[in-house]
Amino acid sequence: MDYDVIIIGGGVIGCCIARTLSKFDLNIALLEKEADIASGTTKANSGVVHAGYASPREYIKRDMCIVGNKLYTQAVEELNFPFQRIGSFVVALEDNQINKLEEQRKQGTQDGVPGLEVILDKARIKHMEPNLTEEVVGVLHAPSAGIVSPYEMTYALAENAAMNGVKFFRNQRVRKIKHKNYTYSIKTKEKEFKANNVINAAGVYGAKISKMVGLDYFNIMPRKGEYMLFDRNAMHLNKVLFPTPTKISKGILVCPTVSGNTFVGPNAQNINDKKDISTTAAGLKEILEGGIKLVPKLPLRAAIRNFAGLRAVPDTYDFIIDNTDVYGFINVVGILSPGLTSCYAIAERVVDFLELLGVNTKVKEDYNPKRPKPEKFKDFSKKELDDKIKEDPAWGRIICRCETIPEKEILNAIHSPVGANTVDGIKFRCRPGMGRCQGGFCRPRLIEILSRELNIPYEEVVKMGEDTNFLVGKTKEIVLHKLKGDNVE
Amino acid sequence: MKKYKADVVVIGAGAGGLAAAIEVKKAKLDVLIIERDKELGGITLQCIHNGFGLKEFEEELTGPEYAQRFINQVVDLKIPYLLDSMVIEITRDKKVYAVNNKEGLIEVEAKAIILAMGCREKTRGAINIPGFRPAGIYTAGQAQRFVNIEGYLPGNSYVILGSGDIGMIMARRLTWEGCKVKAVVEIQPYVSGLLRNQVQCLEDYDIPLITNYTVTKIHGRERVQGVTISKVDRNFDRIIGSDKFFECDTLLLSVGLIPENELTIQAGAELSKNGGPIVDENLETTIEGVFACGNVLQVHDLVDLVTSEAKRTGKKAVEYINSRYGKELKKKEIIRCVPGENVNYVKPDVINKQNISQEIIFTFRVKYPDRRILIQFKDENNNVIYKKKKVYVIPSEMIELNLNLDTTNIQPNCKSITIEVIPRLEVLIEED
Amino acid sequence: MSESSASVVKVIRCIVCPTGCQIQAISKGSNIEFEGYTCQRGLEYAQQEYFEPKRILTTTIRVENGFLPLIPVRTDKPILKEKLNEALNEIAKTQVKAPIEMGQILIENILGLGSNVIASRNLTKK
Repeated sequence: MDYDVIIIGGGVIGCCIARTLSKFDLNIALLEKEADIASGTTKANSGVVHAGYASPREYIKRDMCIVGNKLYTQAVEELNFPFQRIGSFVVALEDNQINKLEEQRKQGTQDGVPGLEVILDKARIKHMEPNLTEEVVGVLHAPSAGIVSPYEMTYALAENAAMNGVKFFRNQRVRKIKHKNYTYSIKTKEKEFKANNVINAAGVYGAKISKMVGLDYFNIMPRKGEYMLFDRNAMHLNKVLFPTPTKISKGILVCPTVSGNTFVGPNAQNINDKKDISTTAAGLKEILEGGIKLVPKLPLRAAIRNFAGLRAVPDTYDFIIDNTDVYGFINVVGILSPGLTSCYAIAERVVDFLELLGVNTKVKEDYNPKRPKPEKFKDFSKKELDDKIKEDPAWGRIICRCETIPEKEILNAIHSPVGANTVDGIKFRCRPGMGRCQGGFCRPRLIEILSRELNIPYEEVVKMGEDTNFLVGKTKEIVLHKLKGDNVE
Repeated sequence: MKKYKADVVVIGAGAGGLAAAIEVKKAKLDVLIIERDKELGGITLQCIHNGFGLKEFEEELTGPEYAQRFINQVVDLKIPYLLDSMVIEITRDKKVYAVNNKEGLIEVEAKAIILAMGCREKTRGAINIPGFRPAGIYTAGQAQRFVNIEGYLPGNSYVILGSGDIGMIMARRLTWEGCKVKAVVEIQPYVSGLLRNQVQCLEDYDIPLITNYTVTKIHGRERVQGVTISKVDRNFDRIIGSDKFFECDTLLLSVGLIPENELTIQAGAELSKNGGPIVDENLETTIEGVFACGNVLQVHDLVDLVTSEAKRTGKKAVEYINSRYGKELKKKEIIRCVPGENVNYVKPDVINKQNISQEIIFTFRVKYPDRRILIQFKDENNNVIYKKKKVYVIPSEMIELNLNLDTTNIQPNCKSITIEVIPRLEVLIEED
Repeated sequence: MSESSASVVKVIRCIVCPTGCQIQAISKGSNIEFEGYTCQRGLEYAQQEYFEPKRILTTTIRVENGFLPLIPVRTDKPILKEKLNEALNEIAKTQVKAPIEMGQILIENILGLGSNVIASRNLTKK
């Protein structure tokens, strides 16, 4: 079939655009190159919904952030993803940094950022965030800032988009795009997709995709950021903590997550390899040193995980959202920070472009913006739990001890629209493996469940896509194989 | 909601839970065991190597054989147990809530609770190894579960980080299943586990043991392709220029065990620095009527000592029910037990003064190995109240000491005892 | 008396007790003598280790229709170390049926070495 719109890229931007467009009476498809959506930058970033005072005024991302921030309230109500508007501090450790804070407060307020204040009263600061260093001289407080689970939000966006008719195709790396007679032909390894309009939301690969239609006017430079995550029980922060920013980046944060953990990071390292998401000893050291400046009592012994992600940094340092010269091809690339915050505003901009391109933007009658909140064991009262288990015994078999997750939540994660098909997919949708023991207890059980539900042998269950198999064979197989080999000779 | 009532509820059916439950039943009290796995036996079921039972049965058994002895007693004594049942909450008033998929939510009301949840393994994230996060990284216990219980092999070629017994045992196990184990890497200058395992698991198979090294990078984006190991100095910092690369498709981590006390914290009991609950000489936690035994209390190396500890715990829980349950709490005078020089932790953490004329079993571990040492008990005024010689001590062997404090020089107003392990004076003179 | 005809052919680390004596097997003419042991058990261990090293084999056997796909097993007597690989191959080829009782002989007199492979636990049917 010929789609009206194909979106390339299943990160938060692609999925947000998909969901926004799903309200119109259009045939829409989204192509994601990895085994699952939200596999790239979306899954490994700070999860901060920024207030919007930080970007320079000449960048379009500033305004998109301020508008996007406000749109989170409605989005949460409709899509039921974890989001907490807890507020942020930019921390000044020296007196000469206060002027910078005051400047940001003034300009931010002029541009529509609500509630900004510079606080110099140390007692008040420490009351709001007791873990902050004694060396603080003042903070810029932004009450509209918040934290979100970027991948859980992306799954919610995708589910709602799918509920409203968007087709998702995973494991589809785009190899070639041809444009002829106002139709795009997009080729992946085994399939061909046709569309009238294409939206390029391919993240770190944004320039590569754009070049496929001859648009070579920007570069995307991957910038790695490393993170370290701490046990929930070890420390609880109230605010997102930023250092006073430098020219390059917002700096190394110390930040709570929506699940109650604390993390430190990211650093900023420009690299060439788009697949390099490795952490490094030097990087981990750097983020710890940065973090300790803000929170001296970082619970180093309670580290549970370190990871890294890549930002897609454009050479313009601003969002590239273009209704390009190639008719029907829209670039939505270079979505670095504050991209996550801006996603709803970005999606609206894309709608504007599609209208200009003559696409029908009439809202369909059966559009349902609501995606129900996923049922969680932890949210039920004791009476409700008892009833739930009687109704469906899968609620009573606990698979993840650290996070108390029953088999039912895992089955829901697998069978929901755009559901999990890998162990990491389950992990990021409903958390088994994110706790203290990092999968020590639950992994054999997750493999068993995936094997059963997807009807594949244990050996084919993967961590996150092709070639990430956990098991190489059954016990005795290697010995028996060697024996056969000997016999043949 | 299904309700159960018992005199004692035991959480966990490993070696600790089984032995404790048996003691309680032998004393003719009602006991219920709650176990999260699909059968009784705990971690010993996957420890299919031998070396168990030398103290308890004076025989050398494999882990499953050891467990079977206790499972048989549980069946013979008709002790009720719940399988596939996860305890999700212990309330501050000692109610235990669990779930399984047959009975739904379960509430257990008991006069006493015995915690026997065991421990979990330290992970890669906990020791901050940098690199990629591919498939192919396992803890030794996870790999053991797959190979011995689930029936699957995690990989073809391995590097094992950590020379504890689990790591060395798995080195041999995997070799016996046709896999290639390239090296066992140990950050300390000495092997962590038993010499017997070093000989029979590593040397027998020419698997190199590389001490003073650790894994500093993991390679491979989708699946492990190799690891870089580096030599470390005394502060465990990487020595530049010492990197070695090993090609492998699996990294096994045997880097430490942590008592699993999430429920204990929830119940309101206090934890001590070793990760287990604070207990007195009765193995009772800071919550009246809640006891602990086995790896949840302190990580053991010999399952036989888990059994003897669990038997004591069972007996103490019975004593509690028969003489103290329901009675008004008397204000207890306590003596604190403090780890001193070269001692990592001590159990019990406190002693009730009224019980100092009973035999108390002290257990502790040292921080670093030493030979020809003196174990000394000192009071808060530095007076030595007891001492004992020992030929050698190493961190991987827990030390057990039976002592009746009445036979020592303990003063009546003693408030704390420090236990230290120091070189013997005559040895120091000799070495001059 | 001549020392030149004596040479250390093997160093054996005794595992009988935690002391871990290093016992040397020294060839003197056509004899092997042992030095470095501090007790009789150590000497006996070293002699066995040198002349006829044996090991208890602990592994698993595949089970048809069992509650678990494998049953842990062990040899009821130590077997020659040099035969371990062959024994493992035999065991890999074997499959047994549930139910099985602990102690049940699953492979009798494996490789004719006088040791049986026995079950280490009970295993019920699926």
